[in-house]
Amino acid sequence: MEFLKVEGLKKSFVPPRGGAPFVVFDEVNFSIDKGEFVCIVGHSGCGKSTILNILAGLDEASDGNVIMAGREVAGPSLDRGVVFQGHALMPWLTAKKNVEFAVKSRWRDANCAKTDEICQRYLDMVGLTGSEDKKPAELSGGMKQRVGIARAFAIEPKMLLLDEPFGALDALTRGVIQDELLKICAATHQTVFMITHDVDEAILLADKIMLMSNGPNARIAEIVVNTLPRDRSRHTIHKDPQYYPIRNHLVDFLVSRSKEFTEQPPPGYDPRNPLLVTPGLPAVTPAIPVSLVQPRATAPSVVAGIRN
Amino acid sequence: MPRSGRLASALLSILMFALFLAVWHGATLPSGGTQAADSEYAKMVGSAAASGQKTAMPSPKDVAVKLWEHAKDPFYVRGTNDQGIGIQISYSIGRVMLGFGLAALVAIPLGFLIGMSPLLYRAFDPFIQILKPISPLAWMPLALYTIKDSVTSSIFVIFICSLWPMLINTAFGVSAVRREWLNVARTLEVTPMRKAFRVILPAAAPTIMTGMRISVGIAWLVIIAAEMLVGGTGIGYFVWNEWNNLSISNILCAILLIGLVGMVLDQILARLARAVTYPE
Repeated sequence: MEFLKVEGLKKSFVPPRGGAPFVVFDEVNFSIDKGEFVCIVGHSGCGKSTILNILAGLDEASDGNVIMAGREVAGPSLDRGVVFQGHALMPWLTAKKNVEFAVKSRWRDANCAKTDEICQRYLDMVGLTGSEDKKPAELSGGMKQRVGIARAFAIEPKMLLLDEPFGALDALTRGVIQDELLKICAATHQTVFMITHDVDEAILLADKIMLMSNGPNARIAEIVVNTLPRDRSRHTIHKDPQYYPIRNHLVDFLVSRSKEFTEQPPPGYDPRNPLLVTPGLPAVTPAIPVSLVQPRATAPSVVAGIRN
Repeated sequence: MPRSGRLASALLSILMFALFLAVWHGATLPSGGTQAADSEYAKMVGSAAASGQKTAMPSPKDVAVKLWEHAKDPFYVRGTNDQGIGIQISYSIGRVMLGFGLAALVAIPLGFLIGMSPLLYRAFDPFIQILKPISPLAWMPLALYTIKDSVTSSIFVIFICSLWPMLINTAFGVSAVRREWLNVARTLEVTPMRKAFRVILPAAAPTIMTGMRISVGIAWLVIIAAEMLVGGTGIGYFVWNEWNNLSISNILCAILLIGLVGMVLDQILARLARAVTYPE
């Protein structure tokens, strides 16, 4: 079921001294189904954060529109919870009060016991039991980010937008919170749109990975379907034979193809209908078996050119 | 600071104070020789001073005695020109509180508005820039002419001098609230009032309090001068009156008290500022 639909999104700036407008991205089209976890990967400057801000309603597109659950997105709304890059907690409030601020905004007439119960439930969910009354300054980076996640989840949004939420964390903490997020999303069937720079993170969390070419004039080059089973875990994921083909495909895109793509899109490329690829699966044509020793020996298989 | 360091600095302070007292004491010792004095003059300035044994500058002991007298009975009233130092300073504190409070009532909401709107910020800026550097006492004649009441005029002068630091700091604090906190409020569809009181106010509170602290300091400096000008009551008037009486001891007592009260006012605001400051 198509839940979120993005059509012909464009962002451009007119330079302050005049001249041709600077197009960050253009003709961005994609859709997200209910309960789907979608990651967007691309180099800095391709406009990922801008797309997320437009989805959140915090920024305005120069052209195109965003439709969520049959309604056009025209501004910020409680339907979309945002986890900000720099946690964005209010430092004068304790962890619990930060979540409470969101809960009270969502349910204005809820009584104290009810809001308290909701806050506690979501703080427990992200593993912050016992740290409720600490101010952000007393919390570690990972804990702050968890409060941010609890705050976004607590308003029970229809969709969650995550702007590189783990970028500033060390690898160990990041792993722990990724597991946490995976568990929560599996339990709540949350629809998620997430920005990341981390290829492994994308493979672990996402069902679909959108690859953006380099800006200016960035596009969605292709959409990688994560064919790994949904119950994947951080500890076993790299043992799956599909893991490295997918990973190599993503890394290959980021290292070289993202740049080439902007300079010269491949023939037959239609920005309104980016290719859906499944590098994890053996290629359909030509029927050469995917070798684990040389995973890049075959071209990524193309499932369909159908509009996703 | 470690405890030993604090002890050392306290000891050093005491030592410096003792040294200061010693020098003061030495400088005001009666000189040895006696001089013949005119009997009329001796009657006027006291025989010790007339004979050159004692200067009009009091010794530390004289001031201490005077201080003790004031401390024993700070609130006496013996006619309009002879009231206890406690009463005088209460008048001054009252005027500062009133002028400062009125200024806060105007400056904080107005600063909030200016800070929230870049348009208003730019529109108000030239006026603030011109009015800010004017010595508050320059307003005094204008105030006396329009208000026609000396006490109200001195309160007005306090009002005008407390206004600017609070206004500027509030506007700056409000305009500098982090974008991400405002974005949080926007995504949560927070009502404007709730945003103002629950996000912007606490975020800008430390800057606002800094402005209030600067204001109260300036107000306390200005009230002395204002009261010297308008007369009647207050610690500024007391100082000027004692100068006319040539009672240096009383002037020194008043100076000490002005310093103490100023310090207390500053400390109160510093405490309040600490209470609203948040570590990031």
